Amino acid sequence: MTGTTATAVDRPADEATAPPVIEMRGAGLTYPGPPAVAALKPCELTVRKGEFVTIVGPSGSGKSTFLNIAGLLDSPTEGQYLLDGIDTGSLSDADRSALRGRRIGFVFQAFHLLPHRTAVENVTLSMVYGGAHRKDRIAAARDALVRVGLGHRLEAIPTTLSGGERQRVAIARALAARPSLLLCDEPTGNLDTATAATVMELLEDLHRDGMTVLIITHDPAVARRGARTLAIRDGVLTEGRAA
Amino acid sequence: MRIRRRTDGIEPSRFHWRDLVSESTAGLLQRPARAALTALGTVLGVGSFVAVLGLTATAASQIDARFSDLSATEVTVQDISGEHTEFEDLAFPGDADQRVERLNGVAHGGVLWTVQLGEGQEVRSAPVAGAGAASQIQVVAASSGALLAAGPSVREGRVYDRWHDTTRQRVAVIGVGMAARLGITTLETQPALFIGDEAFSVIGILDDTERKADLLLSVIVPRSTAQEIWGPPKDGAEMLVSTRVGAAQQVAGEVPVAVRPDHPEYLRAVPPPDPRTLRSGVSGDLGQLFLVLAAVCLFIGSVGIANTTLVAVMERTGEIGLRRALGARGRHVLAQFLTESGVLGALGGLIGTSLGVTVVVGVAMAREWTPVIQPTTVVAAPVIGLVTGLLAGLYPAWRASRIQPVEALRR
Repeated sequence: MTGTTATAVDRPADEATAPPVIEMRGAGLTYPGPPAVAALKPCELTVRKGEFVTIVGPSGSGKSTFLNIAGLLDSPTEGQYLLDGIDTGSLSDADRSALRGRRIGFVFQAFHLLPHRTAVENVTLSMVYGGAHRKDRIAAARDALVRVGLGHRLEAIPTTLSGGERQRVAIARALAARPSLLLCDEPTGNLDTATAATVMELLEDLHRDGMTVLIITHDPAVARRGARTLAIRDGVLTEGRAA
Repeated sequence: MRIRRRTDGIEPSRFHWRDLVSESTAGLLQRPARAALTALGTVLGVGSFVAVLGLTATAASQIDARFSDLSATEVTVQDISGEHTEFEDLAFPGDADQRVERLNGVAHGGVLWTVQLGEGQEVRSAPVAGAGAASQIQVVAASSGALLAAGPSVREGRVYDRWHDTTRQRVAVIGVGMAARLGITTLETQPALFIGDEAFSVIGILDDTERKADLLLSVIVPRSTAQEIWGPPKDGAEMLVSTRVGAAQQVAGEVPVAVRPDHPEYLRAVPPPDPRTLRSGVSGDLGQLFLVLAAVCLFIGSVGIANTTLVAVMERTGEIGLRRALGARGRHVLAQFLTESGVLGALGGLIGTSLGVTVVVGVAMAREWTPVIQPTTVVAAPVIGLVTGLLAGLYPAWRASRIQPVEALRR
């Protein structure tokens, strides 16, 4: 790790000079045809450490493609994508898996919690492939759950948790491995408005503590809460809210 | 993997074996009922495998035991001196009994032959010809050792001993059936019987003999007495030797030399058949059919595991995608699903082994047999289960490792 932590102490004074976490240099993805479909047109984007960015766009706009590339789940067919300064284009599958596991914390719309495992076990899962000791993992998982306000439900099974609580467990899981980037895909998509608000507050809270947060959403209300908002439409990424 | 260039700053993903085991067992315990049903095929396959091998071994050892009790302790020695010389009437010397009984492992041993009576000579219970005659009664000359080797159980009186034999006493021992035919009901009246013109005191009535059951239908007289009256045997004599358990093969090899050190080739010792050849014959026939059945069971079991694991992979696509997103490599996913099916197979194998052993013990108890199972069977059976599980899991686990996280997480 390159000294990336989620504590306020590390937060750079000037965001403009902070090291970039995400760097897209003409990165784009075209599905080979016929007919060839340009899911994401070549784009330029730099997200620096500690930023809180939202990307808004309707379904089918290329949001998911962007998220897959940013999350190393898919590779751009053109251009470069640098994560923490590492050019991901030349990486082997094993290295991409490792980088994904250590630097990126995913928060999904569908939570993706293992249904028969306790909250703590679900959170420790994000550290299983990191090689940390079991005891350290459990301690980190407990800390993360306390951090998201679930200190009282450590041993709860996901099916007994409310939607908001489940998403908090998922956020705790993403946090526990101490990633450089929190990548959220419609984090409030399955939640009612009130619960969605509390989850957003939690994410903002994490951002205030220095975490780099990138949220992808179709909901303008969610997008508005970002310190910086981008829009995506027909595969074209533009700075500022698209009208 | 060390050869490949490592990109700076990236620590590779790991999957410690302890995590592998705990994640796999947790995966199995998600659906315990299904896991149990899946393992059932392996349970049945391995169980029948153990039961078949155990029952075959048990049955074979029972045959062995019965075999040892009776004929395995019996050696007969034939007089084949006629094949070598015409000047030898009787290949067994007078002290043949003593020579044989000195051998280690011999219980009793002695010479016996059927006496050829002359014209008009018959066995009667009265001195007058034609009175109380019983036709077709054979007379057997047996040394005292031969009589003991036959394992007689005496109803009344006694059997003759070496003194009677060497001093050519006119005594006879008869079976209980023969006594009835001759009208002899008790020894208290000191009955006699007549063979030709010779009178013999009946000193013992036998209930039964362990060997040579035809002795019960004969009048048994001491060897030297018979030789004095009727001369050497005309049809050849034989020697009956009873041994301690396990000694028969060795004794058979030693007897000709011990009895006739000058011409051991005059004697042919017939040992009992080797129990080991008998055993392999038994297990060869029956066992193979059942082993084929067990293999079919195992195959069905492995197809069951393969099928269920494949379904589980499909069901858990989301979980696989999540694990990949959390840093798992394809091979980590492969290892996890392979371990799950392997654990399932090994558990099935263990349970099957226990059931198989229980069946063998149960059957043995019902038949009052001694249960016998080769230790290698018990050790190999769970391993067979494990291998079955691993083989069955190969394809599903490979499929799981090929699942792309993008596709998996879209669900």
